[in-house]
Amino acid sequence: MELLLVIVIGLLYSGGVYLILRRSMVKLLLGIMLLGNGTNILIFLLGKITKGSPPVINEAYKVFQDIYADPIPQALILTAIVISFALTSFAIVLLKRVYALVDSDDLDDLNTPEEEEL
Amino acid sequence: MIDNHILAPVFVQLFTAIAQLMFWRKTVTQRFLSVGGSIIGLLVAIRLFSRTQSEGILTMNAANWDAPFGIVFVADTLSVTLVLLTSIAGVAVSIFSSVSLSRQRMLYGYFPIFHFLIMGLYGAFLTGDIFNLYVYFEVIIISSFVLMTLGGRKAQLEGAVKYMAMNILASMFFLTGIGILYGITGSLNMADVAMKIQLVQNKTLVGITSCFFIIGFGIKSAVFPLYYWLPSSYHTPPSAVAATFGGLLTKVGIYAMIRVLSLIFIPDDFTKTLLMVIAVLTIVTGAFGALIKTNVRRLFSYLIVCHIGFMVGGIAMFTKVALMGTVFYLIHDIVVKTTMFLIAGLIRQLRGTLEMEKLGGLYRDYPKVSLLIAVVLFSLVGIPPLSGFWPKIFLFQDSFSQQQYFFAAALLFGSFVTLFVIARMWSKVFWKNPPEEENVEDRFAPMQPYKKLLMLLPIAFLCGVTLYIGLNAEAIVNVTDKISNQLIDNSSYIKAVLGEKTN
Repeated sequence: MELLLVIVIGLLYSGGVYLILRRSMVKLLLGIMLLGNGTNILIFLLGKITKGSPPVINEAYKVFQDIYADPIPQALILTAIVISFALTSFAIVLLKRVYALVDSDDLDDLNTPEEEEL
Repeated sequence: MIDNHILAPVFVQLFTAIAQLMFWRKTVTQRFLSVGGSIIGLLVAIRLFSRTQSEGILTMNAANWDAPFGIVFVADTLSVTLVLLTSIAGVAVSIFSSVSLSRQRMLYGYFPIFHFLIMGLYGAFLTGDIFNLYVYFEVIIISSFVLMTLGGRKAQLEGAVKYMAMNILASMFFLTGIGILYGITGSLNMADVAMKIQLVQNKTLVGITSCFFIIGFGIKSAVFPLYYWLPSSYHTPPSAVAATFGGLLTKVGIYAMIRVLSLIFIPDDFTKTLLMVIAVLTIVTGAFGALIKTNVRRLFSYLIVCHIGFMVGGIAMFTKVALMGTVFYLIHDIVVKTTMFLIAGLIRQLRGTLEMEKLGGLYRDYPKVSLLIAVVLFSLVGIPPLSGFWPKIFLFQDSFSQQQYFFAAALLFGSFVTLFVIARMWSKVFWKNPPEEENVEDRFAPMQPYKKLLMLLPIAFLCGVTLYIGLNAEAIVNVTDKISNQLIDNSSYIKAVLGEKTN
């Protein structure tokens, strides 16, 4: 399981970096999304994967007697997913507006030398 | 000492923003709420500052969970100083934007988002939990995205694409770093991590993790190879927004860098060298960028980059004197950079353009306003006894005692270029006769007198703060001395968070 996750993380990160380095805005967006998912799985992996032992203390004891699944990484991932969802939806709307204004998907075309307004 | 007062600044901004959302499209009410909320925030921050001065580090455990398990908020001297400065800048920007912004922007929620941004800044300064710091960073960047794109002009949106992509990337680096850090220490509380990371055997892994944090914060604070998003986006939004960004947002990156490096990843020789190289190159590239710009706001954007290098260099030396210089410069920089972008907004209002070639004759037409601006520019350049001068003494002194001659040279070069570009700007914008064929669009003269006053008031207020910092340098030095003591010896921070049981 760990090995599989490591491979998946590597694929997501490398795919994300590759897409970010392209010139297309849509690929930039997809790259950011892939990186975000890669990071989430990384946190999940680094929290140590433990199957079948929930973090519930047996009634007979006061502390954990055995290794248990760490709930914190999952809470962190949940937060990170919500945040990246918000950021991604903002990014999609922004890129759509830019595409409508610039009429190009190429990041190199984003250089209007326009005088700014107050 | 457990204290709920720490969260008061955060809540003041949160409730201000919520109250403004209730008055959606009622821009006059929103303006009053914004200025009122900012002033209450300032008062709360002053009270918090004076309490930490007398009572030491305050902490607050969220929901009363004991320290390493729950989220903890810590108000040490560095945090509250930055909260105080943010409040000062917040009051000024809120007054300035309520007279200078177009009604169109206010209708679409400029003020609530502005207060959410300030809330995020307060939270980032006060939290003692590394994941919570990430969450507040996200609050800051999502608010700044909205502020940057509000208005929807083409140049603005184009700048926002670069800004958004780089900032999300920075967050990814930061989050990856947090993930690995949690994997090797099993904790998120910064004080607890600081204890546990010393026990980690695999020092290479710790070094790699610290690189993730340095890259993440480096993008946010715009250091050399990662700075280019800043000059290509900061000249696009309205000046009031640019003032918030230029004065505060890059400084959060510096704050986070100081906090993480002083607490968790105590810099070793490799990190110090890396930061020093970054600092020197940041100063040099920022200075060269500033030399060729003819637009006032683009010039200021490059000066931000240049001066970030001063602070990173101070962190790189990581001695008490150098950190005093860094923190003092941080204090000075927040005030002065905010003022500079407000001044850019004022020039734009006076002349309708920010291209230096088309400007001129401001001193002839508005001598008193020009003198006010001159004080701020002198302070930026670092003419003694104004505020930009004192931190440079500390940085110089320590770069010689640490034999960092490259940094000393870069510091001299950066200061000299700053002087040169500001002098050039002064002569072109204020002294030169305006070009005759241009028809000047003065939107300032027809304004009502109270509006003129409200536009000048924030600049005069921040100018007063700069003068206070410069002329009352001894008080600031005492504060920075206290801060750098707490940074060099982090045991007081750890003790305040985790209690006596650790030692």
